[in-house]
Amino acid sequence: MAKSAKLQLDTDAKTIISVQDLVVGFGTKIILDHLCLDVMRGEILGFIGPSGSGKSVLTRAILGLVPVRSGTIDVLGQRLGELSPAHLSQLERHFGVLFQQGALFSALTVKQNIQLPMREYLGISQKLMDELAYLKLELVGLPGDAADKFPSELSGGMIKRAALARALSLDPDILFLDEPTSGLDPIGAGEFDDLIVTLKKTLGLTIFMVTHDLDSLYTACDRVAALGEGKIIEVGPLSKLEASNDAWLQSYFHGKRARAVAGTQKLAAH
Amino acid sequence: MDSEIGFADDVTENGTRLTLRGQWLASSGKALESCGLDLAKNTGNATAVVLDLREVSGLDTAGAWVIDRARFELESAGAKVSYAALSEAQKTLLSEAKYRDFSVVASKRSSALIGFLSDVGMSVVVAWRDFVAGVAFLGELIVALGGVVSHPGQFRITSLVFQLERIAFRSVPIVGLINFLVGCIVSQQSLFQLQKFGAAQFSVDLIGILVLRELAVLLTSIMIAGRSGSAITAEIGSMKMREEIDALRVMGLDPMRILIVPRVLALIISLPILTFLGDMTALLGGLLTGWIYGNISPEIYLTRLQSAIAFNTFAVGLIKAPFMALVIGLNACVEGFAVGGSAESLGQQVTNSVVKSIFMVIVVDGLFAIFFAAISY
Repeated sequence: MAKSAKLQLDTDAKTIISVQDLVVGFGTKIILDHLCLDVMRGEILGFIGPSGSGKSVLTRAILGLVPVRSGTIDVLGQRLGELSPAHLSQLERHFGVLFQQGALFSALTVKQNIQLPMREYLGISQKLMDELAYLKLELVGLPGDAADKFPSELSGGMIKRAALARALSLDPDILFLDEPTSGLDPIGAGEFDDLIVTLKKTLGLTIFMVTHDLDSLYTACDRVAALGEGKIIEVGPLSKLEASNDAWLQSYFHGKRARAVAGTQKLAAH
Repeated sequence: MDSEIGFADDVTENGTRLTLRGQWLASSGKALESCGLDLAKNTGNATAVVLDLREVSGLDTAGAWVIDRARFELESAGAKVSYAALSEAQKTLLSEAKYRDFSVVASKRSSALIGFLSDVGMSVVVAWRDFVAGVAFLGELIVALGGVVSHPGQFRITSLVFQLERIAFRSVPIVGLINFLVGCIVSQQSLFQLQKFGAAQFSVDLIGILVLRELAVLLTSIMIAGRSGSAITAEIGSMKMREEIDALRVMGLDPMRILIVPRVLALIISLPILTFLGDMTALLGGLLTGWIYGNISPEIYLTRLQSAIAFNTFAVGLIKAPFMALVIGLNACVEGFAVGGSAESLGQQVTNSVVKSIFMVIVVDGLFAIFFAAISY
């Protein structure tokens, strides 16, 4: 910390991520066209859109993985792109990311995967790191004996949970989930949704979730944003999106699968 | 905001009151850990301890764990510990990160000697298994090749041509260049040494025999083991990793016939061609160096070469080439099929494939040398 002044983060702000007029493109193709989106503290924001509409690109732009053509992204009161590399690294420790395929390092055990960021940034003893790693494993509902397994020895659902434990390793403020329930069976997916809601409550996380899973939208998300043609078509609680006139949203929420899910949700509410 | 992590202790008649302050966050790192350890120490023999979290400005699971671990240690030392002034969020965090003993879960490590011995034993077993797998694979390959002969209609000629282009055609520049350079170097050194005896012209005999019998085929095989053997292992390995091999099997297609036969056949066809190319460029290199350093004109070089070598000199090199190709192909495919689920194992197997192929190529060359000497060919 002596090398660079500590970054003053506005961790109490109501708007945690603020994206304004964002333009991202590759070559001549514009993916995100003057997009604006705010993520509020302590909410689970679901993010939907047709395949190839740029949901992942927006996530990757916020994480700084793709170059931005114009527009601004503010995270915790700091403008990305104006930070020095040292400050950016400090800011990124407040992010936890769950990639779609888990992206666990295959050469490391689950425990080592969870401890990698701790080892890099915290300078705490191996004993405490071990205890914290087992604590994170319990938080995400994995048995302790998974700690010494390699990612190739885990099932799909366990990989997602282990990757979530790694994302939580530094106790982030913001959690990015890229299709967290894809590839899980309905029961596993349901448990995962519950887990995310529990974690949000206990750890006070803000969660940004890209998903196609209607069940997740209904059970987990506080607000939902829909992306289409590079812009946000609609953002708000589910009821607002269901009532939208947009053709894609209409077929999304009033198709066969959606009616089945919505029906069971209404039954459960009664 | 006072963000310095720490605590104050007051001793009252009811016991000790520890007032924690600052940010008990994972990002505090070392300070967090040492403060947590001090918490349990500083109370002396107090029988009642109150942990007051009123002035704590930030708490996360790491902080909660450290605090609750101190609580556990105080309690096991005989004190009565209670929390005071907990907010709702702190309460959930503390119960979520409640101290429990994980040391039972952590696996025990065995001693280094036993680890070493078991590694040695393991590698012996693995070496034997490799050998058996190699022989079994050779058998399977021969059956598949037999299938190609009996049902030529099923043979994938497109695939063979594609592999030939990748293995033979695209290696022409590098194989030619390497052999040319080695031809130059060997010729230059032999000239320097033989000139001392006034026998500079014999360097042509030396280069002709050495290149045709040994050097060209060895260099070409090593080059192809590194270039094409590794590519084959990586290709088959990543197909294995992503279950593409299983997909083929499920469709009733034999991966042996679809993937292996074209590659091994392409290797067997390519290597003699490339060896011939290597022969020619190495002799050309010898010719140029002899001309420049030894004043041996091209006419003399060619006449000398003609009397020094016979057809069998040339044939010895070419006969070896298909066997080298088979060794490289077998190794590459066996290692490719041995890839497990991780990216690391892919890298490991590619390395293994190249190292074993080069080793085996040299061993096979040695065996051929003994064989040809025995039959005086």
